[in-house]
Amino acid sequence: MTVVPETRIYEGTRIPSPCPTKLVVDPAEHDLADILTVNFGPNHPSTHGVLRLIVDLDGEHVAGIEAVVGYLHTGFEKNMEAKTYWKGITYPERIDYLSFQSNELVFVLAIEKLLALETPEKAVWMRMCLSELSRIHSHLVWLGTSALELGAISMFWYAFRERDLLLDLFEMVTGVRMHTRYFQVGGLAEDIPEGFYDAARAFSRHMPHAVDDYEGILDRNGIWLRRTKGIGLLSAEDALALGQSGPMARASGIDWDLRRNEPYLAYDQVDFEVPVYPNGDVYDRYKVHMDEMRQSARIVAQCVSRLEELRGAPWIADDRKVVLPPREELHTSMESLIHHFKIVTEGYLVPEGEVYVANESARGECGCYLVSDGGPKPWRVKFRAPSFAALQATATCVRGTAVADLVAVAGSLDPVMGDVDR
Amino acid sequence: MTTGVPGVVETIEAHGETTLVVDPARIVEACRHLRDEEGFNELVDLSGVDYLGWGAKGVAGYIGTAQGRDLNATGSQGFQRVPDPMPKRFAVVYHLLRVSESPARLRLKAWLDDGEEIDTVLPVWPAADWYEREAYDMYGIVFRGHPNLVRILMPDEWEGFPLRKDYPLGGEPVRFSGER
Repeated sequence: MTVVPETRIYEGTRIPSPCPTKLVVDPAEHDLADILTVNFGPNHPSTHGVLRLIVDLDGEHVAGIEAVVGYLHTGFEKNMEAKTYWKGITYPERIDYLSFQSNELVFVLAIEKLLALETPEKAVWMRMCLSELSRIHSHLVWLGTSALELGAISMFWYAFRERDLLLDLFEMVTGVRMHTRYFQVGGLAEDIPEGFYDAARAFSRHMPHAVDDYEGILDRNGIWLRRTKGIGLLSAEDALALGQSGPMARASGIDWDLRRNEPYLAYDQVDFEVPVYPNGDVYDRYKVHMDEMRQSARIVAQCVSRLEELRGAPWIADDRKVVLPPREELHTSMESLIHHFKIVTEGYLVPEGEVYVANESARGECGCYLVSDGGPKPWRVKFRAPSFAALQATATCVRGTAVADLVAVAGSLDPVMGDVDR
Repeated sequence: MTTGVPGVVETIEAHGETTLVVDPARIVEACRHLRDEEGFNELVDLSGVDYLGWGAKGVAGYIGTAQGRDLNATGSQGFQRVPDPMPKRFAVVYHLLRVSESPARLRLKAWLDDGEEIDTVLPVWPAADWYEREAYDMYGIVFRGHPNLVRILMPDEWEGFPLRKDYPLGGEPVRFSGER
């Protein structure tokens, strides 16, 4: 297995120098008098949120570009320092608001690593199942909006049709459609409802056909192909230098997926393939997303089968210093009432230390660096946001394209501005 | 893996993760060595941490004291143990990843006092660009040699560094529409 490919998409590096995220107009190639500087965003329907691109145009060609971020900065990390751990779990979901389960999961895993807490098998498989559903959810929104920006409006409605089925599943399990806060330290917040197994299995059977339909719309569409193939190139070397991960890296030929290369949860016990494409263009990023949805549906089916065998098993660890006692015990047990009160008011203490935990979210390596001083609130939480890294590649990918392709390229980077700005 | 890295002051193994504490003056040298000799081809994250008040006031202000666990006090869970004092106020933390057939992760840490500067690792990994800007934006840590060290997430004219421990939460007045 070769992780980093030998073949090159282009010779040398295209990363601008000296500042890797800022492409400055080269006076040798462009007449500076012809340069028109345009603000693309922050309020523009094609920027996936509040991304602002300062573009220097020479006619139709992009001669210089700089991405400006921060319009959605809400200080999640600062706020989390003032909240007890179990209250803090609500925050990470809102960081990447499309792939919310992954962020929630990475924070919970980091706390559990510091606590050295074991989670029951049922919780592990359910977390995996929901992470994969969340990946499909995120990819669907990506596909719908990116295709919409290139004029394929019908794609948006199809993608959102399946997305609604997913939100119904989330609602069935957790009671809410987005930002579910279903993962607790130690396991899950509630048991899995009985109807979930059949609904999730039906969805996992339906999804591959839906992806076939999407490809039927796009893969034979001449406009789509011409606007995506060979656009927004990024070589494997440049991708690594710019810290890319996830679909961005895999579309540049890097055979890297944390689910397989550094397995967490129970990913070493399920069968799936990691799609890798060699050309590093917008089209290959699209193909990676499509294949990943198929693979995720495959993983969901395996998770549901395993979860059905685990019916009746505990869904949360039985550690009364960390986990809320069962509700019915509060009426009869003094101890349980004390534990409940302590956890809700003071929170639980997490041993002093620092950990970095990463998982494979829909857009790549979603990491959480957590520092604890031994108290009930985190000392420092830092989220490694895959979208933040992806946007650093804007200047490299956009180099030499026309302004119309800018939309295709920016969309293919799959930025979620909540994730970028935190 | 960690032998022969220039500038290493201390090696810490905890929770299955390796941390190298590096002399801030030799951070670029250490990073270059790790990239070229050890194959750490990706900088996945760079983060600042402020340790002002670490373990001094007691955790969260109401549980335990710096003197240690006091079982007779209210909120008696207290400290399990007083946290070890940190050498300096700020830590710059680098998370490295080896993307290859034999993956590995490594954490580098450099300690800085308020006002001390550190060299940029941008020539080693271009990915450091925005990460260093974010650390500057949030903590005021200056990365010497960075070509574009300006605020990234906060507005350009912002005063103060929000993630510092002496920067209050909620210190910013909320403005409403129609207000002058």
